[in-house]
Amino acid sequence: MPEGLRDKAAVVGIGETEYSKNSGRTELALACEAIKKAADDAGISLDEIDGLVRYDYDLIDEVALTTHAGLKNLRWMSHTGYGGTGGNAVIVHAAAAIAAGVADTVVCYRALNERSGRRYGQADFRHLLESGGQQAFQAPWGMLAPVHQFGQFASRHMIEYGTTSRQFGEVAVTLRRHASMNPRAMMRTPITIEDHQSSRLIAAPLRLFDCCIESDGACAVIVTRADRARGGRNAPAWIMGAAQGSGSRALGIVFRESLAVPESVYTARDVYRSAGVGPEEIDAVMIYDHFTPFVIISLEAYGFCKPGEGGPFVEGGRIAYDGELPVNTHGGNHSEAYIHGLPHVIEAVRQLRGTSTAQVEGAEVVLSCSSVAQLSAAVILRKD
Amino acid sequence: MLRGLPAPVPDLDTQPFWDGCEAGKFLVPECSVCGARRWPPGPMCPVCRSTETTWIESTGRGSVYSWLVVHHPVNPVLADQVPYVVAMIDLEEGVRVVGNVEGCEPGEIVAGLPVDLVFETHEDGMQIPNFRAARR
Repeated sequence: MPEGLRDKAAVVGIGETEYSKNSGRTELALACEAIKKAADDAGISLDEIDGLVRYDYDLIDEVALTTHAGLKNLRWMSHTGYGGTGGNAVIVHAAAAIAAGVADTVVCYRALNERSGRRYGQADFRHLLESGGQQAFQAPWGMLAPVHQFGQFASRHMIEYGTTSRQFGEVAVTLRRHASMNPRAMMRTPITIEDHQSSRLIAAPLRLFDCCIESDGACAVIVTRADRARGGRNAPAWIMGAAQGSGSRALGIVFRESLAVPESVYTARDVYRSAGVGPEEIDAVMIYDHFTPFVIISLEAYGFCKPGEGGPFVEGGRIAYDGELPVNTHGGNHSEAYIHGLPHVIEAVRQLRGTSTAQVEGAEVVLSCSSVAQLSAAVILRKD
Repeated sequence: MLRGLPAPVPDLDTQPFWDGCEAGKFLVPECSVCGARRWPPGPMCPVCRSTETTWIESTGRGSVYSWLVVHHPVNPVLADQVPYVVAMIDLEEGVRVVGNVEGCEPGEIVAGLPVDLVFETHEDGMQIPNFRAARR
């Protein structure tokens, strides 16, 4: 029943802390603030929340969170996988729980001291050693950080399709332009293609301006049952479709048949079926942009252009907020903040409320998606 | 090979591979029932779900599928070892593995570049497979 989640639930509350390089607070404190703000935005009390969804990478003690946030009426909890696809996956889980009747109002959150605490861009040997089997086939050769794994996709895309570093730069320039309009964004100084081309090499072909930033901060999103969605402080953003899954190969990020094709091709198929729409109905897209090539790869996976045509597609401002297919109008992981993809869902909601700082004229249907690897997830939201 | 990185930690599923390395062999797990080869080593054939594994010895010949030239050291132990190449290597046996490409300048690497297996000794004494640009 692919339409099983269609319009069963809506996003009614969004909350964010300040984004910074050093929050000076615990991840628990950040989570509490974001959750309270999301409830205030929805116009509800935290007492009304009966469901909680967290990321698999979350380091907060869940008992501490429920205790300190006073979430005393929980009936259901879950964790999502995998990593950065969690931003959409938490919404999929919330919608599924509500459709199943096990929860009515669910809060999803992500809190990170990812810049001042444990940085994903640095190699944590202790973590690698503890990982045993899988990491043993990557780490000894210096495949240690996400850029070393996801960069292989960029390399292969260039080999198979002739995609260029300047095309990655087109993505960087557009995302920074969006961030320059967004007062929440950490990186607001506009850049040019030449700035991108002269930024230092991190793992060639990827340069500094191909990589997302590292941030401290938290986000929360409140999802509620259809019959409770109206009458709050803001218009609901309806969950038209939601999907999570994987295809044939799940043996790690780089161990797959083709590194030019991400796992999200399966999620793309499923989320469009779930929502009953196709790429032609989408007015804006929020893409998990841990590295700029993944905007290009995702545009292909989600059917906005053919495989291999993503490079030319992003040229000429096509993915700017005033272009043909606006992408990451908040600035994304690249320039706003890296809170593991949850800000992308929040920005999709803002577009539908008409409150984005880079508002897309007439935005009625927005896709939020990720093309990481292994498990992937996506949601399609629509205006009330 | 890179210095200062942790030695691989074998587990019960991967021990036969690391034992092979000690004997100078790169062993690829092949399903004893359907013949499918898989990487990295794991407990079950993902095609037919048999748990019977035959370990076959690689010829050691492969080619570059994708590669990166790492310039930014993500850990201080790498500071004087960058740039280094980390690549995905297609072995003749049909599996794709991670390795460095040594014996040539990073700028000489192209997709499909032939490489040969070599074994290197980790500081901890373990034998680690790696790859060199082939002169064939």
